[in-house]
Amino acid sequence: MKSAVVVFPGSNRDGDMIAALELISGQRPISIWHAETSLPKLDLIVLPGGFSYGDYLRTGAIAARSPVMRAVADAAAAGVPVLGVCNGFQILCEAGLLPGILMRNARLSFICRDVNLRVETADSAFTRAYRKGEVFATPMAHGEGNYRVDDETLKRLKGEDRVAFRYVDEQGRTTDAANANGSIDSIAGVLSKKRNVLGLMPHPENAVEPAQGGIGGRKLFEGILGKVLA
Amino acid sequence: MNAPVAITPALVAEHGLKPDEYERILKLIGREPTITELGIFSAMWNEHCSYKSSKRWLRTLPTKGARVIYGPGENAGAVDIGDGQAVIFKMESHNHPSYIEPYQGAATGVGGILRDVFTMGARPIAAMNALFFGTPEHPKTRHLVSGVVGGVGGYGNSFGVPTVAGSVLFDKRYNGNILVNAFAAGIADKNAIFTSQAEGVGRPVVYLGSKTGRDGIHGATMASAAFGGADAEEKRPTVQVGDPFSEKLLLEACLELMASGAVIAIQDMGAAGLTSSAVEMGAKGDLGILLELDKVPTRETGMTAYEMMLSESQERMLMVLDPAREKDAEAIFRKWGLDFSVIGRTTDDLRFRLVHNGVEVANLPIKELGDQAPEYDRPRTEPVAPAPLDRTSVPEPADYGAALVSLIGSPNMSSRRYVWEQYDHLVQGNTIQRPGGDAAVVRLPGTSKALAFTTDVTPRYCAADPFEGGKQAIAEAWRNLTAVGALPLAVTDNLNFGNPERPEVMGQFAAAIQGIGEACRVLDFPVVSGNVSLYNETDGASIPPTPTIGGVGLLQDASAMATIAFKAEGEAILVIGKAGVHLGRSAYLAELLGRDEGAPPPVDLRAEKANGDFVRSLIAAKRITACHDVSDGGIAIALAEMALSGNIGVAINLALSADRLAWLFGEDQARYVVTAPQESVAAITGDAAASGIPVSVIGRTGGAELTCTGTFAVPLAKLRSAHENWFPDYMARPA
Repeated sequence: MKSAVVVFPGSNRDGDMIAALELISGQRPISIWHAETSLPKLDLIVLPGGFSYGDYLRTGAIAARSPVMRAVADAAAAGVPVLGVCNGFQILCEAGLLPGILMRNARLSFICRDVNLRVETADSAFTRAYRKGEVFATPMAHGEGNYRVDDETLKRLKGEDRVAFRYVDEQGRTTDAANANGSIDSIAGVLSKKRNVLGLMPHPENAVEPAQGGIGGRKLFEGILGKVLA
Repeated sequence: MNAPVAITPALVAEHGLKPDEYERILKLIGREPTITELGIFSAMWNEHCSYKSSKRWLRTLPTKGARVIYGPGENAGAVDIGDGQAVIFKMESHNHPSYIEPYQGAATGVGGILRDVFTMGARPIAAMNALFFGTPEHPKTRHLVSGVVGGVGGYGNSFGVPTVAGSVLFDKRYNGNILVNAFAAGIADKNAIFTSQAEGVGRPVVYLGSKTGRDGIHGATMASAAFGGADAEEKRPTVQVGDPFSEKLLLEACLELMASGAVIAIQDMGAAGLTSSAVEMGAKGDLGILLELDKVPTRETGMTAYEMMLSESQERMLMVLDPAREKDAEAIFRKWGLDFSVIGRTTDDLRFRLVHNGVEVANLPIKELGDQAPEYDRPRTEPVAPAPLDRTSVPEPADYGAALVSLIGSPNMSSRRYVWEQYDHLVQGNTIQRPGGDAAVVRLPGTSKALAFTTDVTPRYCAADPFEGGKQAIAEAWRNLTAVGALPLAVTDNLNFGNPERPEVMGQFAAAIQGIGEACRVLDFPVVSGNVSLYNETDGASIPPTPTIGGVGLLQDASAMATIAFKAEGEAILVIGKAGVHLGRSAYLAELLGRDEGAPPPVDLRAEKANGDFVRSLIAAKRITACHDVSDGGIAIALAEMALSGNIGVAINLALSADRLAWLFGEDQARYVVTAPQESVAAITGDAAASGIPVSVIGRTGGAELTCTGTFAVPLAKLRSAHENWFPDYMARPA
């Protein structure tokens, strides 16, 4: 199996993602510079967190137009799993690979804390190691994670079982307090129509070892890396 | 437009140079300086760059140690942590810019300190900050808190360094002069640390990073002057604007370039920009430097030599490169989209020469620019020892429980969660102890080791007794590192004081340094880097002496790290150290009674060392389950914080016969609260007795209340809401 982490100018959780993928799979993923125009044959592509291009226009807007993104879109169309975390999720939305956009957090400030996520579907390569309804803790760290889509798209996402995660409290209930960034319908992560592209705001790559304070994110990697190994 | 400017006494004064300092310049160069040269002297000889008032005292600090690789004098200090690695760290103030423009002032403070660290070849792994504001009620405070916290987070979060610890203090004496002290630490290969010392004649001097603009001209001079009432608005153009994205690119490009072997010397352009970086590289290497200013990448047209030399535009570096590797180096910088320009070369004439539009606009002796800077032994008055607190004047509270709730929910004792949740403290994935404990801990991948970080100072102690206050700042940093299980390695000191031309301020400075020095010597905790910020006064009112200490410690086995949280019900609670008797200058007096009285608690450094070494050995052997140092608010606050952190209550079942107010809230030093399983207690107390360490068993964990037999019983929920709500409520309160 072969996985890759795409590095944009301003990516800053690429190292975290590489370490997590290596820890779970035992194999070090390759780094792909944003200026590349073609990709090797890959089993998983990850767009990591960070502040690509300083987030100076709209988050992810400039990175979405990087040369490498055409190749990423082609790979996604061909069914290669693509994971976008935080800034990676923002880039996937800006690139049109996922619906919706990420706005400033409802309370405007950057938030770094553990959040509880509820797994809304186990029907994807990324979520298959979880049980539907399972709640796990993982950190978030962003200023612009307030997910927004229009009503029609929201209805479609729900109808097609494409909401992957929601922000919930420890008991697994969606509440205003638990929905720290104010996302519509408490949505933390969504899947593409073909279910091979996942974007989420929190950082499962920072929750894979007990020393990090929890291993809630581990099953996401076990699922996707197990799938491609099989 | 380049007609010679007449050098008048008024112009000299505007450059912050005193008449006798100008005489010194005339004597040194044997002629009247050009305007560009005057600007260069002003930049090199101001307090910020020359340390002219403080140098004499800084020399008295212990700066050496078995592990110290580089002490003060480099961009940052470097300490050996084994396995071929070094930790490189420093703390620096950005006080005046942050008061004028809080977001950018704080952001560029973070940017500057990160550059100091990666200039030496270290990848930053942790940042901290110590912030001092005026009273919460002061009309500017909320705006300043919001801007500074936003700026610290805005820069560090984007750059990608975890901001893992820090402090926020409110005190009326900072109303007109806030303090923003930023710390950064990085890890480098011990054999690949870079310095600013140039080598070899005729080598290219290369400019890297962002372009030079007109921002921040005379920033360092401003940082060396006191504020008058209306000045803050007028000085806005001297504040620089930060660009963390460029800095992130600069970091990656510099580290890639260093790994390629092309770099001979490197210096970041911080205070006094191109001037001080170029002079330092030449002077340290016993070389002259010739710069052709027409080649400096500029953001605007028509910039004069004077403006280019004094600009403090951010995210810029100067390097001396191996000529054979110039092309490779340029390719690396182009890849990262950064400016790269050969702007000069090293020479053998020991002169600092600048050519602009074909004209030589400066020709100065390079070594004397630094070496011959004035140095003062300023007059000082010895601080007056404070009268001890009249203990009989402090009555017991009618309701101890209510007093505890008020104290833990007071502006200075409440949780700083509101602040640190705006900082990404987890990026890089190695934060194994988050903000809120005694020290933050960051593990070192590929090893079993971790580093611990803390910032400490208690200004109300320093104001009362700068010597004991200086000792205490060091002792508390050492204790906080010890309390997580780390071996304290070294410190960086960020010395914030008032106007050194006032003898009482100079007296405070000298006494604080002596206290710091004494504590560092006894605790084997050398000072490896630092920064002095003087002239922190507004309209004649000085800040309290604030020698902020950034401490770094090493855990050989990260798995043995201790935290403050209670772990289980029914465990024994022990206090290592003597019972509290000292209420002078305590948080209890200051926060609850508004009384700033008495002497601060004296620091017995031998007891500090003995008690701390004992606690560290307990942690390393995994014999205790939680540990918290006793500081502001005494045992009562320490217990409350441990209970809240673990969400487990506590019952103190000790009969408090003597002075129970001082027992609960006294801030006597050299103390820790620890927990252990009941079956381990006898062995721990036995070992303590054998080593002459005072220890007492004071109660047990359990339940959902903090209770003290016959004195109080407070539900944790009540303590928690008081502790957690003050900060967010304050920031949300309508103006």
